Amino acid sequence: MAIDNETVRRIAFLSRLKIENDKIEATKDEFNKILAWIEELNEVNTDNVEPLISVNDIALHLREDEVTEGNQPQAVLENAPAAEYGYFAVPKVVE
Amino acid sequence: MTDITKLTVYEQLNGLKKKDFTAVELTIAYAKKMDEGRKYNAYITECVDQAIDQAKDSDYRYANGTNRALEGIPLGIKDLFCTKNIRTTAASHILDNFIPPYESTVTQHLLDDGAVFLGKLNLDEFAMGGSNETSYFGPAINPWSKDKDLVPGGSSGGSAAAVAAHMCSAATGTDTGGSIREPAAFCGLTGIKPTYGRCSRYGIVAFASSLDQAGPIAQDVRDCALLLQSMSGFDAKDSTSVDIAVPDYTGFLNGDIKGLTIGLPKEYRPEGLNPEIAAYWDKATEYLKARGANVKEISLPHTKYALATYYVLAPAEASSNLARYDGIRYGFRAQGDGHLDDLYINTRTQGFGAEVRRRIMIGTYVLSAGYYDAYYLKAQKMRRLIHDDFMKAFKECDVILTPTSPITAFPIGDESMLSDPINMYLNDVFTVSVNLAGLPAMSLPIGLSENGLPFGMQLIGKPFDEGTIFNVAAKLEADAKFERK
Repeated sequence: MAIDNETVRRIAFLSRLKIENDKIEATKDEFNKILAWIEELNEVNTDNVEPLISVNDIALHLREDEVTEGNQPQAVLENAPAAEYGYFAVPKVVE
Repeated sequence: MTDITKLTVYEQLNGLKKKDFTAVELTIAYAKKMDEGRKYNAYITECVDQAIDQAKDSDYRYANGTNRALEGIPLGIKDLFCTKNIRTTAASHILDNFIPPYESTVTQHLLDDGAVFLGKLNLDEFAMGGSNETSYFGPAINPWSKDKDLVPGGSSGGSAAAVAAHMCSAATGTDTGGSIREPAAFCGLTGIKPTYGRCSRYGIVAFASSLDQAGPIAQDVRDCALLLQSMSGFDAKDSTSVDIAVPDYTGFLNGDIKGLTIGLPKEYRPEGLNPEIAAYWDKATEYLKARGANVKEISLPHTKYALATYYVLAPAEASSNLARYDGIRYGFRAQGDGHLDDLYINTRTQGFGAEVRRRIMIGTYVLSAGYYDAYYLKAQKMRRLIHDDFMKAFKECDVILTPTSPITAFPIGDESMLSDPINMYLNDVFTVSVNLAGLPAMSLPIGLSENGLPFGMQLIGKPFDEGTIFNVAAKLEADAKFERK
């Protein structure tokens, strides 16, 4: 399943990454090479195989839905590129 | 006077207990090595002042008899483990100003056992790479380099370079497709990736969550046992952490391998396998036979599909995990042109390196509508087949012996590796299946190539049977008599 330039642009946007126009062609070729390599998996019939999602056959541990380490707004915002009034700050998105 | 930085963790613990030297002296000796070893670019962040404070506390504890399992041992920490109040970058521009307000569970265990942290070690960006060359901070250098600078392997390249150059006593690593075992092999060291679920992933910057595991890189098998003992254990903060008892790993070192069956997978000996590696593999087999182990050829028929399976699943999980880096809550933020999407796009495009961007896009593609079944689901089914191959093989053998890597350390900037990402991916051919199956596996040095570079052998165990690996590895280590740096 070879991909085209349009697909490269779409995937880049879904990934929220930018590819300069002069790099689209090279990126497409590189992707097609990797995808062609992955195609070798189609040599194997897997019609009746259960997908493996987790190697350890255990139920995930659940806990009570309660606050464990709350009340630390300072620590939460410490690494924020921009914070104001105890909130993360982002560019204006609603006019 | 002996160079105390060249002692193993075990020997240093004895020396500290006997008061041959103090923890502060030991830490200062490493700080000097870190100064001398800057050319290896092994550390991203050094925290020697804090380490000396920790060491003072250790000396106090030795004096009053409250010393703990790793009291005063100076370690390097792969910069993928969040360390409270110490910058944690994942070797990425997007995190190069991130100071975690919390500690990863694994590093907390080490601190609770008295370990001293010298600093944070270089790696491939987000652990994506096999040579440490994708690091935003530049490649780490293999201390075995002679005329040309060689890669230390990856992704835990800084960990291996630092231990080999005695810039820390031992180091933590993480292994998603071979990232502990390959650098250990390239630098003549011993490293173990435990069973998936053995070490908590809490506080480790996520790459591919169903494959990531922490483990140690150290000078020998015993040190790996000591370190893994501390790092392991159930953690309620990681839902995939497994709640079963951690045995005393050092107790396995003096075991007997008589009657154990060693499996040799025939698919790991393709035509064209490097003859030097094949010869060392045979030699290792002979050592184990001479100690009374049985040897049996086994088959892992889906081996040839492991790499392609891995390079669907790992990027898919990575694309999902790395969606969190948006420039809003932490990390680097680029300027946008007003629209929020621009801010995301500019931040991520400038913040991630080329290999990380490549994997995010491959992962996004294989998970996208219309392709999910053809790629992602297909790979999950292949993963089942690869997993079941091992389970079947372990009905006939106790542990599996293979080479760790098809090659030795290669030069930095190697054209064939950099021109085609698939060439770099192929180096993981002997290691990725283990992650797909969730098994424990160790790499230990077996000897040098003709041009003087270390080869590693890999021992793969049954789930949660790290003990048998330690038992067999100790015997192999004793017979191989590998001379470390």
